[in-house]
Amino acid sequence: MAYVAIADRDVHLHDPQTFVTKYIWSQDHKVIAIQYSVTAIAVGLVALVLSGMMRLQLGFPNTFSFITPSNYLQFITMHGMIMVIYLLTALFLGGFGNYLVPLMVGARDMVFPYMNMLSYRVYLLSVLVLRASCVVPGGPTGAGWTLYPPQAVLPGTSGAGLGIILMLVSLAIFIVAFTMGGLNYVTTILQARCRGMTLLRLPLTVWGIFMATILGLLAFPALLVSAIMMILDSVLGTSFFMPAVVSMGKGLKYDGGSPVLFQHLFWFFGHPEVYIVALPAFGIVSDLLSVHARKNIFGYRMMVWAILAIGCLSFVVWAHHMYVSGMNPYFGYFFATTTLIIAIPTAIKVYNWVLTLWHGDIHLRVPMLFAIGFIFTFVHGGLTGLFLGNVTVDLPLSDTYFVVGHFHMVMGVSPILVVFGAIYHWYPKITGRMLNEALGKLHFWATFLGAYAVYLPMHYLGILGVPRRYYALGDTAFIPNSVHDVNVAITVAALVIAAAQLVFLFNLVWSLAHGREAGSNPWGATTLEWQTPDTPPKHGNWGARLPVAYRWAYEFSVPGARSDFIPQNEPPEAPGGREHGAKP
Amino acid sequence: MSKMIPDSLPIPAGLRGVASDWAADKQAFPVPWGKAMMWIFLLSDTFVFTCFLTAYMNVRISTTVPWPNPSEVFALRIGGADIPLILIAIMTFILISSSGTMAMAVNFGYRRDRAKTAALLLTTAAFGLTFVGMQAFEWTKLIVEEGVRPWGNPLGAAQFGSSFFMITGFHGAHVSAGVIYLSVVALRVWRGDYERKGTYETVEIAGLYWHFVDLVWVFIFALFYLW
Ligand code: HEM
Ligand SMILES: [Cu+2]
Repeated sequence: MAYVAIADRDVHLHDPQTFVTKYIWSQDHKVIAIQYSVTAIAVGLVALVLSGMMRLQLGFPNTFSFITPSNYLQFITMHGMIMVIYLLTALFLGGFGNYLVPLMVGARDMVFPYMNMLSYRVYLLSVLVLRASCVVPGGPTGAGWTLYPPQAVLPGTSGAGLGIILMLVSLAIFIVAFTMGGLNYVTTILQARCRGMTLLRLPLTVWGIFMATILGLLAFPALLVSAIMMILDSVLGTSFFMPAVVSMGKGLKYDGGSPVLFQHLFWFFGHPEVYIVALPAFGIVSDLLSVHARKNIFGYRMMVWAILAIGCLSFVVWAHHMYVSGMNPYFGYFFATTTLIIAIPTAIKVYNWVLTLWHGDIHLRVPMLFAIGFIFTFVHGGLTGLFLGNVTVDLPLSDTYFVVGHFHMVMGVSPILVVFGAIYHWYPKITGRMLNEALGKLHFWATFLGAYAVYLPMHYLGILGVPRRYYALGDTAFIPNSVHDVNVAITVAALVIAAAQLVFLFNLVWSLAHGREAGSNPWGATTLEWQTPDTPPKHGNWGARLPVAYRWAYEFSVPGARSDFIPQNEPPEAPGGREHGAKP
Repeated sequence: MSKMIPDSLPIPAGLRGVASDWAADKQAFPVPWGKAMMWIFLLSDTFVFTCFLTAYMNVRISTTVPWPNPSEVFALRIGGADIPLILIAIMTFILISSSGTMAMAVNFGYRRDRAKTAALLLTTAAFGLTFVGMQAFEWTKLIVEEGVRPWGNPLGAAQFGSSFFMITGFHGAHVSAGVIYLSVVALRVWRGDYERKGTYETVEIAGLYWHFVDLVWVFIFALFYLW
């Protein structure tokens, strides 16, 4: 039996009636997106405050009596975990994914709105469990965001009892939430596009979110399994990851397990996770650059293939995080090779971004500033990645501040810049008002320059051999005095950049009421979400009739066209008019 | 839609089909949403079980104490003789038979035979329930008679019990969830919900899940009991 696609069907959407069904238990993808984003940003602020405390301790050791060594380790763990999972993953996929996917593919909603709503509820639960782990006896776990056993479950580590268990339970709940949302995003993109929207006409934002979601669906299982096994080790006393351990002169109950197994499982998840936050950023930045440079994206198909290639390759590079783990040294050879291979599609994307700017009509509006800033920080982080990907170079740099500098550049600062750019870009659609431009520019320059002030010196510290995850350096012969001065400078910069985020928060709230009216398409963008009949889009998105896509998403500055952009849903002028996209 | 691959290129028809699916608008695969979503979910779940089994194999080869011999541990004493793996063999047989009844249910669903579809679904669920029941028996025997615990056992490597309870437990949870799922679908078939909706695709989607759970069992059987 042939199946009737959504574009040809009368779909009955549930109609929200009351305040509660409209804004609280809502099944509308736009409301769910906002709920996801607000929750993610709220926990993200906690992580930001924690990083401030860590920096205070590092810049001014022996000054703050309320930061003990085990507090410090709890702070890094919470900070790292929140930033990577509960902020960035949730914000890119639950937030932007939810808002943009149905609008960009021309659907009325996700394919299963009820499950989508559950996804947010379960995510909220995972956040609450995570927060609960901070108030239980023993406090949250201080094992580092990688949660390596055996130390994560041994009594010497803070939070070794309830702390680590709640952390693992919270992760498992998060994975359930992610799976419910992720299945929706993938199925919507594959099966619910509007008429004329072929896969190769999708905006790159959708491609990035699509591939990232697939990575999540295939990588989170490894984290789920390792979480279950570690919970069993901790609660029931099994020895999956626990070797025979002698603690305080006493043999513990554990025997015969393999800590390296955990590392393999963790990084089989952990490396794709890097791309789960990077690919949506790649996609979004491609669209921002193209819109604000009034030029089609350079090499659209190559960009799509690069996203797919990076996605596949990201499953075969995981052990580059384990060069010093004691695994078979020959693995290093294999994983260094694959790591360098994955640099090729990544480099292609960078070239294509730069070539998109080349001879473009560049408008340095706030989203564009952030997008260009991203190219800088990402190239920077990518280059230091090449160092760490090579076994012999990595050995001395492993577990130093060089690594901290590297991953903050590549998966901290870069995706966060894109998040900001994306918020400045889509806020007008979401609220109907523009964010304040002057405050935005201030926010950009403080964040962008501040990021360099914070992370560039960390590379220098790392080359000197300053170890990461240290509460204080004390008097160590190989660490020169300059290190302390550098640490003070980094801390000052970090506090300034953290304060600059207040400008952004203020802007978000203030513009809600006082921002300039945006109109429906303030940037002159071509993608479908800017062509909705209402701004902000109403429930059901499209009014009576679904849109039809006639062209790809990058029809800018077309010679002879009436305006400098042609929306995706604008029919060709004459029959046989030039069509872009699916043509070979 | 324009062609993804020009006709002149020597490319097999199957590959052309894939390419044109991907170049299609509205939907990449001509299947209902629920079915597409179930396939994607099962792909994700495959990764879960693969991780479990790979982790188990890793633990098994790296443990310091010898692994107990599964065909002895899982033998039943029937009429004075130890018959190795007999219970597991019966369980496997039951689960595989249930895949057969499931396939028949899907078939009768598409023929709009309400009564037979519902009956076959319930049979499948009953087979599943039998499987879980026998698993409970097996667990009890191991725990009570052999003294196997998740954290240790008198037969050899402690990880034997840990992996066994974890993996069969996780699979058993899938079967139990499936039993509930099938019963709900059977009820809806019986009430005529799908008759009104005009399609029995939900039965097929439930079938996908059920076959998957069976298939996973085959791997667990091979890697845990036969190794
Ligand atoms: C104002 C911004 C930020 C500052 C000042 C900051 C600072 C820090 C500091 C001081 C550490 C601990 C280093 C150590 O002692 O080893 C750390 C760790 C970490 N940060 Fe950030 N960070 C920031 C933003 C981010 C973002 C956006 C991410 C998102 C990916 C992130 C991810 C991590 C991770 C994964 C760790 C490792 C935790 C661990 O070692 O277990 N950070 N950060
Ligand atoms: Cu990696």
